[in-house]
Amino acid sequence: MRIILERRPDHSQTMVLLSPVLAIALSLVSFFIIFAVSKIDPFQALYVYFIEPLTALWSIEDLLAKAIPIILIAIGLSFCYQSAVWNIGAEGQLAAGALAGSIIPVLQPTWQGPLVVTAMMVMGVLGGMAYAAIPAVLKIRFNANETLTTLMLVYVANLFLDYVARGPWRDPGGYNFPNSRAFDEGQMLPIVAGDSIRLSIVFVIIAVIAAWFLTSKTITGFKIRVLGMSPRAGAFGGFSRNKMVMMTFLISGGLAGLAGICEVAGPIGQLRTTVSPGYGFTAIIVAFLGRLHPFGILIAGLLLALSYMGGEGAQVALGLSDQTTQVFQGMLLFYVLACDSFIYYRLKIVRQRAVDPALAR
Amino acid sequence: MTMLEGILLTIVTAATPLLFAALGELVAERAGVLNLGVEGMMAVGAVCGFAACNMTGMPLMGALAGIAAGMLAAGLFGVVALFFVANQNATGVALTLFGLGLSALIGDAFVGIPGVAVPRVNIPYLSDLPVVGRLVFGEDPFVYVAIALAIGVWWFLFKTRAGLILRSVGDNHNSAHALGFSVFRTRFLAVLFGGACAGLGGAYLSLVYTPQWTQAMTAGRGWIALALVVFASWLPGRLVIGALLFGAVSILQLHAQAIGVGIPSQFLSMLPYIVTIVALVLISRNRALLSVNTPACLGRPFVPDV
Repeated sequence: MRIILERRPDHSQTMVLLSPVLAIALSLVSFFIIFAVSKIDPFQALYVYFIEPLTALWSIEDLLAKAIPIILIAIGLSFCYQSAVWNIGAEGQLAAGALAGSIIPVLQPTWQGPLVVTAMMVMGVLGGMAYAAIPAVLKIRFNANETLTTLMLVYVANLFLDYVARGPWRDPGGYNFPNSRAFDEGQMLPIVAGDSIRLSIVFVIIAVIAAWFLTSKTITGFKIRVLGMSPRAGAFGGFSRNKMVMMTFLISGGLAGLAGICEVAGPIGQLRTTVSPGYGFTAIIVAFLGRLHPFGILIAGLLLALSYMGGEGAQVALGLSDQTTQVFQGMLLFYVLACDSFIYYRLKIVRQRAVDPALAR
Repeated sequence: MTMLEGILLTIVTAATPLLFAALGELVAERAGVLNLGVEGMMAVGAVCGFAACNMTGMPLMGALAGIAAGMLAAGLFGVVALFFVANQNATGVALTLFGLGLSALIGDAFVGIPGVAVPRVNIPYLSDLPVVGRLVFGEDPFVYVAIALAIGVWWFLFKTRAGLILRSVGDNHNSAHALGFSVFRTRFLAVLFGGACAGLGGAYLSLVYTPQWTQAMTAGRGWIALALVVFASWLPGRLVIGALLFGAVSILQLHAQAIGVGIPSQFLSMLPYIVTIVALVLISRNRALLSVNTPACLGRPFVPDV
């Protein structure tokens, strides 16, 4: 007797909605067991991780601040993954956006005001786009595997950022800390709600709605999906694969760049040697957990931001390593991917073991 | 020991972990599985290898622990990507994220602890020969294992029946299945072998290359190993040359940093990654050449219609 996967006659609409929930539930159960085994009260741990951050206003604001870059990046990545373009280097595109957007406030410290902030945002987007265009061109022109090039470019971007923050852009009056000068309030995104919610939350709302419109209401969204599912069918339909590769790279790079400059001109307030605790990688998980759908990504982004918050809380309250969060996130992605397979397949128990012809011969 | 000799020795040391990881991935890819989790498998191999070596005082136990850890991680990938036929790209990325996190979690207790020295091979007279003595007869034992593994992989893939079956599964899983070979079993075993090699490569990093544990010490070597497989166009012989070339780049940039050539260290540190991209581009642009050896079913899921 053994268990095999069997193709469903038609994909299961129920599992489409159920699989992310199932994945989250399985992750929580696994987490519960891990905590119990390591002699940490699992109920308290889960409380610290997933409930406590929601009990204070400041921490809800913090949660939103963390969700903003993750959701922005994941929306962009969802376009890539729908068209089967494997951009996993959003972390580098984020750094590129942070760098490009910081040019004005670092080199022209006296320039301030809404126009300057707008220019910073535009430059951040362009920086991310330009950096994402590199792997796009390498793929289109030279057939170079984008998974590897985008990932390599993350290391390059982070090293360059490190150089800039320690070298030419280091604040001369900053006691030798490897940071740029602190931006003035007139060089940062304005606060629109509460104590710390900045304008970037509006960017997220626009991005989610625009992405929903683009994917479900326009021919472009249709083209992306067709080319992703079957490049051959797309080619017969007269859709250009290369154009689509470039476009999805530019969208995802632009949004990652925007996330980068929003971080710098927001919660961080200056350019540092690192500007992201791995948002670019977390966004990959968010994109899949959200089923590559804008609304799904919105929810998934909030959930993963919660795990970041919980991770910080668990460090203080339970003395857990901050890496626990990354383990949780990786585990979650495993479960999401495995559960997704139940949309197209179901488990079947085969009683009689088929005779292996290779052995019978 | 002359300066040149020292550089050549360190190049071999830098190439060895890449060779281990890339050989494993080459076998997995020949079976048609693209496992992007090499970096994660190396990381858990590195931390488990260091921990085991530290607790037992025996480098051999460290190596075995690294292999076991890599295989466990690869098994996780195999279940999700092969049994549940999840997207291989996404599953590999998940394995990398998970492995990096898990290794840091396990490694917390081992940060700052010095490692156990792994003795070099010493053959009387031969190891004392000028120049070639240390280089050919006086490396650490892992180097010889890596070379033997490269020959073994070549022999297995191209000279044995099992290797032929493995390649047929990678080139056309439908035909292989129709002939009665188990695509799932072949691929799962290939993935496990890939994990064992990546784990050993990781253990080499924490046992020999820099005998200590630091978080994220794999520093992208898993990804470079993936690129190496493409660079070598899925041939073990070229993989050895490729690993030495990449080892040379990473060592020479370190020496350049040490001498101080007037270029900021960050730019020199970028070199291995940039060279990887350039190498990928140079190899990939020639589609005809590349397609000769590329496993035709690479990355494609397989579910038999029962």
